[in-house]
Amino acid sequence: MADDARTPVPPVTATWQLGKAHRKVDAMERMRGVTRYTDDLKLPGMLHGKIKRSPHAHARIVAIDATRALAMPGVFGVVTGRDFPTPYGIIPWTPDETALALEKALFVGDGVAAVAAVDEDTAIAACDAISIEYEVLPALFDPVASLAASATNPINPFSKHGNLSKEVLLEFGDIDGGLAAADLVIEADYFFEGTTHAAIEPHCALAHVEPSGLVTVWSATQVSHYLHRELAKVLGIAAHRLRVIQPPLGGAFGGKSEPFDLEFCVAKLAMVTGRPVKILYTREEVFYAHRGRHPMQMHYRTGFAADGRILAMDARTVIDGGAYSSFGLVTTYYSGQLACSPYVMGAYRFHSTRAYTNKPGCGPKRGHGSVQPRFATEVQLDKAAVALGIDPIELRRRNDLGADARTVNEFRIGSNGFLECLRRVEVASGWRERRAQLPYGRGLGVAGSTYICGTNYPIYPNAMPQAAVQICLDRSGRARVFSGANDIGQGSNTMLAVIVGEELGLALEDIRVLSADTDLTPVDLGAYSSRITLMVGNACLEAARKLRERVTTAVAQRWGVPRHRISLVERKAIDREDPEQRVDIAQAFQWAEEDHGLLGEVGSYNTPKDRHGDYRGGTIGASPAYSFTAHVAEVDVDRETGVVEVTTIWVAHDCGRALSRKIVEGQMEGSAYMGFAEALMEQHIVDPGHGGVHTGPNLLDYRIPTFLDTPELKALIVEAPDPNGPYGAKEAGEGPLHPSIPAIANAIYDAVGVRIDTLPFSPPKVLRALQTRAAAEARGELPPHKRATAGGAG
Amino acid sequence: MLRLPQLRVATPDDLDDALALLRTPGARVVAGGTDILPNLKHRLDRPPLLVSLSRVGALRTIVRDQTAGVLRIGAGVTLTELSEHPDVRAFFPSLADAAGRVASPLIRNMGTIGGNINLDTRCRYVNQTEFWRSAIGGCLKSEGSVCHVVPGGRNCVAAMSSDCVPVLISLDGALLLRTADGQREIPLDAYYQADGTNHTVRGADELTTEIRVPWPGRPRRTGYSKWSVRKSIDFPLVSVALRFDLERDASNAPIVGLRVVVGVLGARPREVTRLDDLLGVPLDDPKVARAVADRVHQQCKPLGNVPYEAPYRREMLRVHTRRAIEALVSAR
Repeated sequence: MADDARTPVPPVTATWQLGKAHRKVDAMERMRGVTRYTDDLKLPGMLHGKIKRSPHAHARIVAIDATRALAMPGVFGVVTGRDFPTPYGIIPWTPDETALALEKALFVGDGVAAVAAVDEDTAIAACDAISIEYEVLPALFDPVASLAASATNPINPFSKHGNLSKEVLLEFGDIDGGLAAADLVIEADYFFEGTTHAAIEPHCALAHVEPSGLVTVWSATQVSHYLHRELAKVLGIAAHRLRVIQPPLGGAFGGKSEPFDLEFCVAKLAMVTGRPVKILYTREEVFYAHRGRHPMQMHYRTGFAADGRILAMDARTVIDGGAYSSFGLVTTYYSGQLACSPYVMGAYRFHSTRAYTNKPGCGPKRGHGSVQPRFATEVQLDKAAVALGIDPIELRRRNDLGADARTVNEFRIGSNGFLECLRRVEVASGWRERRAQLPYGRGLGVAGSTYICGTNYPIYPNAMPQAAVQICLDRSGRARVFSGANDIGQGSNTMLAVIVGEELGLALEDIRVLSADTDLTPVDLGAYSSRITLMVGNACLEAARKLRERVTTAVAQRWGVPRHRISLVERKAIDREDPEQRVDIAQAFQWAEEDHGLLGEVGSYNTPKDRHGDYRGGTIGASPAYSFTAHVAEVDVDRETGVVEVTTIWVAHDCGRALSRKIVEGQMEGSAYMGFAEALMEQHIVDPGHGGVHTGPNLLDYRIPTFLDTPELKALIVEAPDPNGPYGAKEAGEGPLHPSIPAIANAIYDAVGVRIDTLPFSPPKVLRALQTRAAAEARGELPPHKRATAGGAG
Repeated sequence: MLRLPQLRVATPDDLDDALALLRTPGARVVAGGTDILPNLKHRLDRPPLLVSLSRVGALRTIVRDQTAGVLRIGAGVTLTELSEHPDVRAFFPSLADAAGRVASPLIRNMGTIGGNINLDTRCRYVNQTEFWRSAIGGCLKSEGSVCHVVPGGRNCVAAMSSDCVPVLISLDGALLLRTADGQREIPLDAYYQADGTNHTVRGADELTTEIRVPWPGRPRRTGYSKWSVRKSIDFPLVSVALRFDLERDASNAPIVGLRVVVGVLGARPREVTRLDDLLGVPLDDPKVARAVADRVHQQCKPLGNVPYEAPYRREMLRVHTRRAIEALVSAR
């Protein structure tokens, strides 16, 4: 039973698989370059597809003429929006996209038509041969201006409220009273520049129609189940005639967590032409597909008592959504709902407004919706610590929620290792000894955060399990695990193998994890919101424990001992009280198969429903468990150039329990890197002065840091086991990103005494701030920061 | 992935065949391919023929020519080879440094010095896909007739972005251009012209075969200052080559000659002038670093053709020049 599965095993001194430094189950293929990604798949007679995109940011499509393209040798088919006009969207309440533009193109790069041809060059030439007559409309690039133009220039034709995509206002406690009673109110504006995922594998999809009519779509997706649903809806075919397979992925980070135009186009073109069709995005198209982090304008007021306690926090946020809703409904809630932990707050209010603009659609990027408010929240705390003369780590300690707590917005927190996270980064960074000693130009900054381990409710309402796993044991001593979960590089297939190995005494190479194939595997909702370890892990644990019971029962009967004496470890069944009594695990499986028939079991998991308050929206952001993180960043700021060098980030993360240590550390380091990259370099922006083109949709102009730019990343695993996680495990894939950005911002202040409240912390911006401060110091309005010396620093 | 246009590729076995093939109208040379191939994928050129130098071995040596008093660098020498060559490191350290800081190790393993010298000018509005450029209507250097960097400008200001060129100019470098009929030597400071669409004086059928750098005649200090956002991969945003000839081999010796050359401004590298008052001043006199930095700042006006605000880059020219000179003084 699920209840049984959720009970953490008693602390074990040594385990067979848990917490080891495993090699990922797919590591060797990846390292040797033999992994077959979607683009490596080739089918006989396969055609290549290409999507023709709008060069205008906002334009009505007056006419499309594909006659010339269709007449070209080697061109097999052309489709336009009219061929599949059903709107879709990852959130069932906001279907506002069509596979290709119907009446309007909404941003530079919006898909308008698609062709399938004998090869890519012919497909490109055919795209060029399609003539499209546009009526160019005024484009809106600023969310505030867009909201004001709702009536006169609505962007998305499916929107019910003009250019307002979503608005949420929630209030908890007496916010005005809290602010009035505060000894200190910090009020400031923050701006989070949009960023994108930049996964190295571009999106790719391949479709094939069997003579029976079965349509198979292979896609680089992290949500094969939702893709299956949306494909069925848009293509108008029954679910049983459609199969979605996710081949190994070259990164996703949230950028592949909803359907994209190419998936519909390959399927439709394969149906039209009767031949397999593949589309691989160019890097430029990946930037247009986007669904990256939303730009947010955030106005924060935070009231503090003199002792540092947070009495009230009031957030007003304008969210730039781009042309489509994507997950925007959730983003708008997350922008406020996820800011209430890990701190006690007297009162809290947030008012978030998401607007449509004529830009690539924004969506979920690692740390969906909460990285931006976390930046504001944690810088506010740092400003308060300075103003109140309280050490920033101490100020956070004083506001700690603790375990088994309830947040101001009524989420129930289970295990909570936040204080331990703070302690670990404090000790590791030498915070107490070094911080006061660092010279001008160098500084330490701290920030904390929390994140969800899956969402309490699925994207489309239903009461069925959120996760399910099927396991089959084999008389040769191995296991097959069938899981709908998408391994996007985060290691979820390895996680499942670790659990099965732990329960059944197998080595990881004995276990084949077959994942994300809608014909072969049970439904899973996909890789998003850091749900897989907790949810799919629990489902897997339940199935594995059922099988263990069968195997140990069979062995116990053969040996005439009670079942509890049988251990399954090291590929053996062993009598705990008489360890000389042992058999190979294959023999044990064979005994069990003799007794029970084929050894197959299923496990499933659904969320506890008592984790949230009873108010509209109260379920969004509710999770079975929460992870906690603290970072200390050390920076070296060059006073003359404004260049910020981040030398080290100490990352302490409470993942409940590390099922696989190296993978957890890898997720922590990767997360901190990604946050650091957003803090210093990344900008996903369009140029309003040039018709709204992206300023550089390529990896030369969109700068992600190289190895040489990357700080030392010190991963410090903290384990506060949660009763809701498998063996106590919580997430590690997204939470550890959050504090990077505010920790760096706070370290910059510690180093040189300037606040950079807008991202990214680019050299020109930092230099201007330094010059402004220097001028203020010269006028006697500010004291010298850390007694700056004339020789400069850095 | 972006596709290359369909084109013919010839792989001649020797230089003469290569030069003969270059007479084909519109033919282009490909050596390492690290510049031309991305540009072809961006449809910035549509040559009917690519002449590959992959089988031409003659251009791949570095020779110390005692008689002529020059280092002769074959145009096909890779940037990695150049940056690691013992003579280059010992006698032309600024060149080794510049070559070793181009792009990334993999690109330096492929890219050649001949290619780096002939690197096409770059601009944020040009080095994008054909689709992207169509959204802004193209520009002087591509499919349009306007300049997006200098509104109303009639002259393309795409930036000469080679790391090696400013250094080679500062070292009095020259290059050898060959055709099927003959050859000519051109000092590098006369090779470039202020037109981003045609920024060298090289004829269509001419091939850069060799770079000649005079052997140092007297003690000197040379340096190259590059700043880019990332520490690898990126083209320079600040690029300054420095050369100080000294009366004797010491950093407190008087300056007897100097050249300061700045890249990534417009289509042509700029040689900083009015430095004569520093002749006779000891290199380690702090006023040298300040004065050179100030003159670089005065004379060099970065444009919005590459990322980051031009005023910031102009200010950084001053900072990085001064620091580079201070580093020269404090070295050894």
